[in-house]
Amino acid sequence: MNAFSAAPQSGLNVKNLSVKFGLGDVAHTAVHSLSFSLKLGEVVALVGESGSGKTVTARALLGLLGSNAQISAEHLSLNGQSLLANTEQQWRKLRGAEIGFILQDALVALDPLRSIGAEISEALTAHKWGTKNAREERVLQLLTQAGIPSAKDRVHLRADQLSGGLRQRALIANALAMNPPFLIADEPTTALDPSVQVQILELLKQLRSAGHGILIISHDLGFVSRLADRVIVMHHGHMVEEGRTEDILSAPQHSYTRKLLDAEPGRRPPRPATPVSPTTLPLLEAHNLSFSVKQQDGTRKQIVQDISLSLFPGRTLAVIGESGSGKTSTARMIMGFQKPETGFIDFLGKPWSRSEKTDIPEFSRRSRRPRLAAIYQDPLSSFDPRWTVQAILDDALSVIHVPKTERLTRIRALLDLVRLPATLLGKNPLHLSGGQRQRVAIARALAIEPAVILCDEPVSALDVSVQAQILDLLEDLQKRLNLSYLFISHDLNVVRNIADDLIVMQAGRIIERGSAHNILTHPRHPFTQQLVAAAHLIGDATGDRVS
Amino acid sequence: MILLPHTQSILLKKLMIRVGGACLVLFAATTLTFVTLHLAPGDPVTAILGGSANPTPETIQEIRAEYGLDQPLMVQYALHLWHVLSGHLGSSFSQHMPVKDVLWQQAPPTLKLMLSSLALAWGFAVLSVTLSARKPVFDSVFSSLETFFAGLPQFWIGIILLWLFAYQLGLLPPAGTHGFSSLILPSLSLAIPLGGFLAQVMRETFKTTLDQPFVLTARARGLSDNAVRFRHVLRHALLPGVSLSTWAIGALVGNAVAVEFIFSRQGLGRQLFLAVSMHDMPLVTGIILFISVIYVLASFLADTLYVIIDPRIQEARA
Repeated sequence: MNAFSAAPQSGLNVKNLSVKFGLGDVAHTAVHSLSFSLKLGEVVALVGESGSGKTVTARALLGLLGSNAQISAEHLSLNGQSLLANTEQQWRKLRGAEIGFILQDALVALDPLRSIGAEISEALTAHKWGTKNAREERVLQLLTQAGIPSAKDRVHLRADQLSGGLRQRALIANALAMNPPFLIADEPTTALDPSVQVQILELLKQLRSAGHGILIISHDLGFVSRLADRVIVMHHGHMVEEGRTEDILSAPQHSYTRKLLDAEPGRRPPRPATPVSPTTLPLLEAHNLSFSVKQQDGTRKQIVQDISLSLFPGRTLAVIGESGSGKTSTARMIMGFQKPETGFIDFLGKPWSRSEKTDIPEFSRRSRRPRLAAIYQDPLSSFDPRWTVQAILDDALSVIHVPKTERLTRIRALLDLVRLPATLLGKNPLHLSGGQRQRVAIARALAIEPAVILCDEPVSALDVSVQAQILDLLEDLQKRLNLSYLFISHDLNVVRNIADDLIVMQAGRIIERGSAHNILTHPRHPFTQQLVAAAHLIGDATGDRVS
Repeated sequence: MILLPHTQSILLKKLMIRVGGACLVLFAATTLTFVTLHLAPGDPVTAILGGSANPTPETIQEIRAEYGLDQPLMVQYALHLWHVLSGHLGSSFSQHMPVKDVLWQQAPPTLKLMLSSLALAWGFAVLSVTLSARKPVFDSVFSSLETFFAGLPQFWIGIILLWLFAYQLGLLPPAGTHGFSSLILPSLSLAIPLGGFLAQVMRETFKTTLDQPFVLTARARGLSDNAVRFRHVLRHALLPGVSLSTWAIGALVGNAVAVEFIFSRQGLGRQLFLAVSMHDMPLVTGIILFISVIYVLASFLADTLYVIIDPRIQEARA
């Protein structure tokens, strides 16, 4: 049943849409003659990696590209009305009322200084909808509709006071305020924990059943295939493939689509289980670590409780947990940046960190610091923005006192190790791609000749195909240099072919530990089972569609 | 709202810290005034005698004893602190009237001048930034104008305004303290550079806020560009402006010295200058203390405004 009246030419029709930025020599075409249509009650997915033009397309459909974009199309219409010659006034009438827009992360996609109620209400006032009382009622109704329990108590909260799932629901409620027939969702679940992703996916399915036509934009082919009726694959602004979801998944025609599918982390084989020999000593050992912070009401909140772990030479220990599970605090303690409240850490057979009363001074750690390196989710913010790649690596080599005359040779060897061309030496990381930046970060970590590398969500910000390359590189380096990784991630799929051992954290505690192979195939704790199920649901693109 | 006993004790603790801090500021102001005036060359006795010709050494000695100027420096300092603590600001040497009366007379014109300058500066900064940021041509034009304004010295603006509006055009009075029309030119002299500074710090934040995804969400609701700027983005850009304004309260008094002279206005700036040049310790102390109190109050106000503008700050502080 469809709640929206369907005109004969109803739907969003796009034919040969091109979008160009800039003029003359500096002109750059972001979208090349893209054609598709979206009908009510249908979900169309626009899939592509960063720079594919998918986000530009979404904004073009709302007239939000700004004045330096030149849009041309044979046809761009909504319910038979051409949008090409729309004035700003006409666009404003259409935005929110005809087409709703959902962005990636409600934490920044809703005004962080205002309550969700004020934000949603504004979507109504923008179209002069109803009286003040009617709007208040409508906001509550929308929040409930989007699946927020006891909406009355939450309407006055800001996005940062809600959990990731609830605030994403609030963002969807905001887009639904004027009950627009069409919705554009730009990466609506990318920033969310896997279990929350599944919930949002269900909500979007309900909206399709209610008759909304949804254009979903994502880098993740596996994820959208769970929802979309049709898929459009974009690459460098060109549409490379279009068709029914089943067909694209079972028989991808274009090589790029196949590459995307193969790169899905869930498709990668798990690492075979290998036991540690009982005589091997761990490189890094943590015992009963605890850490808490003082809360607003004066009580202490336990962030990490009773965490013990051992990392053995040449192995990868993955720590899995959703946001707020305490994995980052654990990482900070292991790096020696944060004193644990209880427990202790030994590194290379000597004391590394002790609880607050009997702390180890930093100077006794200093000689072992180069043996422990780290790479982070966003390498760009961990580089000095004014330094070139060469300066970054040179600085790292100075830490272990490599003579100046040898450094350039070493830098070239490092770039070679992470498979970057030496031509990047003079480049600024700002001008590198996400994958190249992460490779520079890995080269910097390797420069100090570490035994252990702490990898904190190293691929979470990268496109799927780049993720696969970085994971392959890490695996290869581990074999060649006998490195040990402490690999922190929220995504089970990412660690499945790199982890030997696995720790699952929830609310600051370890709820399951063991060999990665065992846990991935036979999870015991209900939460782990849920995680494995969610990972399977999102990652395994070839499985049956959930309907 | 019902406060839990625990929350109450936190609030009490915070209040104690603030009041303690304010006392420290006032103590430092008193001490610095004392030290600075004693380092400066000159003799307060001349001020006390009010320029009566050739006092005999006996007269000078008498006056020194009467005002405690013959005591060792540390004793003078202790007495000075004691007087301030007990609330006795004393009598001005040069004006021959209680310091309290001088403040009572001179503070209102200066406060009016400060408030109207602050209001004008804010008005300019908010409009200039909100209406021009990231708009082609306008952005660079207004941004340059702000830099230009921020670089102008107050006394120079004062002289130019005086020459143009009072002497050439005859639109506004060149001097005086009373009435609204006499307030316009002095306020503008102080407001133009301050407005430039304010706009510069706000423009930076305004631009970064325009890049935030929630701006796109707001536009996608059907809001106009200007509505998004005024209802969403501006609020984010207010915070650096509020910080700068606290500093500006102090700077305005200093700059008021020149402006009050140029426009022959009554006021604390002018009095402060006269009192310093005549070594009139009680009056200098009184004025400095008064300004410090205003400054402390402005900081309180700024902290309250912070929390109103960005409620996340309060939660982070607790």
